[in-house]
Amino acid sequence: MSEASSRKLSDDLLRPLLQTSWRFYVLVAFLGSIVLMGLGTWAYQMFNGFGVTGINNPIFWAFYITNFVFWIGISHAGTLISAILRLVNAGWRRPVTRCAEVITAFALMIGALFPIIHLGRPWLFFWLMPYPSSRLIWPNFRSPLVWDFFAITTYLTGSVLFLVLPMIPDFALVRDRTTGLRSRVYGMLALGWQGTPKQWHRLESAMSIMAIAIIPVAVSVHTIVSFDFSMAPVPMWHSTMFGPYFVAGAIFSGIAGLIIAMAALRKFLHIEEYLHPVHFQNLGKLLLMMSLLWGYFVFAERLTVWYGNESAEIQVLRATQKGSFAPLYWTMVVVNFVIPVTILSIRKLRTITGCVIASCGVLVGMWLERFLIVVPSLGHKYLPYSWGTYRPRPVEILITISTFAAMTLLYTLFAKFVPIISIWELKVGEQETHETALQRSGRALGEAHP
Amino acid sequence: MHKWGMAVDLDTCTGCGACVTACHAENNIPTVGPEQAARGRAMHWLRVERYWEGDFPDVRLKFRPVMCQQCDAAPCEPVCPTYASHHTAEGLNAQVYNRCIGTRYCANACPYNVRFFEFFNPQWPKPLHLQLNPDVSVREVGVMEKCTFCVQRINAASIDAKAEKRELKDGDIKPACVQGCSVKAMAFGDLNDPESEVSRLSRSPRGGKLLDDLGTRPKVTYLERQTQV
Repeated sequence: MSEASSRKLSDDLLRPLLQTSWRFYVLVAFLGSIVLMGLGTWAYQMFNGFGVTGINNPIFWAFYITNFVFWIGISHAGTLISAILRLVNAGWRRPVTRCAEVITAFALMIGALFPIIHLGRPWLFFWLMPYPSSRLIWPNFRSPLVWDFFAITTYLTGSVLFLVLPMIPDFALVRDRTTGLRSRVYGMLALGWQGTPKQWHRLESAMSIMAIAIIPVAVSVHTIVSFDFSMAPVPMWHSTMFGPYFVAGAIFSGIAGLIIAMAALRKFLHIEEYLHPVHFQNLGKLLLMMSLLWGYFVFAERLTVWYGNESAEIQVLRATQKGSFAPLYWTMVVVNFVIPVTILSIRKLRTITGCVIASCGVLVGMWLERFLIVVPSLGHKYLPYSWGTYRPRPVEILITISTFAAMTLLYTLFAKFVPIISIWELKVGEQETHETALQRSGRALGEAHP
Repeated sequence: MHKWGMAVDLDTCTGCGACVTACHAENNIPTVGPEQAARGRAMHWLRVERYWEGDFPDVRLKFRPVMCQQCDAAPCEPVCPTYASHHTAEGLNAQVYNRCIGTRYCANACPYNVRFFEFFNPQWPKPLHLQLNPDVSVREVGVMEKCTFCVQRINAASIDAKAEKRELKDGDIKPACVQGCSVKAMAFGDLNDPESEVSRLSRSPRGGKLLDDLGTRPKVTYLERQTQV
C-alpha cells in the first residue's frame, strides 16, 4: 500500500477524534439529559417503593426483565459475530469488527444494570456475588440468577479484552499524531506499543486465543439467561429449547443492532468509503438467515405446545395467539419474519436502506418477543383464580427509553474518542489485497512467458 | 423431628373468609387499600378461591382456601440467589425477610402464586395500626413474604413444651387460620406422628394435593368428595 493512501486512511478515520462540530455537543447534551432523566426515575422508584411500576401479583417480572434479555441479546452482535468473522478470516470484516465489538461492551453494561434496577432492594445487589462476608454467607449457587452473575461478568471481561486488544495499535497511532495532554493519555492507553515484530506477534496470538475463547462464552451467556426462565416450572417457560432459541434470537437482534449502528456511523461520520454497501449486503444475508432460524424456533416452540395440548401451556398459547396479547404477537411475527424475509431475500431491496428498515423491525420484534415470553406465562399460571395481566407504568417506560439513549450516548462518545474503524486492520487488509494482486499479475506474466 | 402439615376439608368449608382475616391479624399483613388491590397488589397469605361448576341453574359453588403448600420439593427454594427462601429442618419453606433482595424469582417459580411482594412500605388504616402482633416482624418495602404456617406459634408451643419438660402433643399448635375456622374445616399437626389428626385426615380417600402432578410434594391435603366424571 502506498504511503499516500495510508495517510489518507488515517486522516479520514482520525478526523472524528480531532475535529468536533457543535452538533456533537448538542447530541451529547440531548442524550445525556435523557439518561439523567432515567437515573432520576430510578431514584424515584427506589425512594417511593417498587409499587410505582406496573408490576403486580402475579406478573412479578415485566419490562425490566424484558429489557435485560433484550440488551444481553443485542450484546451478541459484536463479539460473537466479530469472533466468527475473524476466525474464518473474512476479508470484509475489517471495517465492521470494532463497531460490532463495542456494541457488546455497552449493551452488556446496560443489560447487566436491569437485574439491579428490578430488585426490590437494589442497594443490596452485592448479595448476588460471592464476596467474603463476615457472616460466611455465600450466594445460592443453585439459583440461575447467580449463574447469570457469573456468565455476564465473564462475558463482559472477555468482550472488553477482545475490544481493547486490537485498539492498542490505533491508540499508538493517535499518540504519534497528536501532541500535549491528548498524546499522553493515548500514550498510556497504547501500553507502550512500538509496533515491533514481537509485539505484533503477541497481539495476533492474543487475538486468536480471544476469538476462539469468546465464542463458547457468548453462546453460554444467553443460554444461561434463558435458564432464568426455563428452570422455573412456569407454563411455556419450562422448555428445553430455550437455550438455543435465546441464542438464535440474541444473534438475530444483535445483527440488526449492528446494521443500524453501522448505517448511523456511515452517515454521521462520513466514512462511506470504508463501510460499503457490500458490508450491509453481507450482514443483511446473515440477518436473513437468522430471521429464518428464528421463525423455525418459534414455529417449533408453538407447534409442540399446541400439539401437546397440556392444559396450562395451552392457556398461555391461546393468550398470545388469539387473546389479549395477540396484537403484540402478530406484530412480532410480521416485523421479525415477514418483513425481513421479504426485504432481504430480494437482491434489489437488500440495499443499505432496506437493511436498516428490516433491522429496525427486528429490534422492535425481538423486544416484543422477550416481552411475550415473560408476561403472558406469568399471567396464566396453573390456578386460574390467580391469573392476571400487566400494563406498564410511566416509570418503566421512561427507564426503558433512557437505556436506548444511554446506548446511543455511549456509542457516540466512543466514536469520539476511539477510531471506530480499526485503522491498522484496514491497512493490513489493503496490504494483503495489494500483495495478492501483485502475485496474480506476476503469475499471469509468468504464464505468458514460460 | 416434626414435619408440619395441614389438612383442609373442602366439603365443610363455607368460604366465610374467617381464616383470611385471622391470618391478616396474626401475621401483620398490610391492607393495601382499594386502589392498589385493583392493580393486583392485594396481599393475602391465605386466600379463598371461589370456583363455580356447571351451568345455570345447576351451579355448584366451591371454595378452596389456598395458602403456601409448604412443598417438600419447593420450586421457590432453589431459585433464590440469597437463600432468603429456604427449607427448615422441620420441613417449612421459610422466608428470611432480612436476607431477601426482592428478585421475585421465587414468586414466579411458585405454581400456587402464594408469595407476595411488598410494593410499598406497609401501612394500616386506623385503628388497625394498634393491633400489630409483637411476635411477627413487619416487612419492609421490596421483600417477598408468605405463609409461614404461623411459625411463631410453632416456636412458642415448642418452647413451652420444653419448659414443662414434655413432648408436644397433637393440638398444641394451631395456626391462626385453623383457630379462626368457624366450621373446623382445617387441621394442623405433625405428619410424622401417624396418630395425629392431620395424618389421619391426610390418609383419607377423599384427600388430594393441589397441582399434585407438578411434583412439588405439598404438605397441605385437600379433602373433597371424589366424583366420577
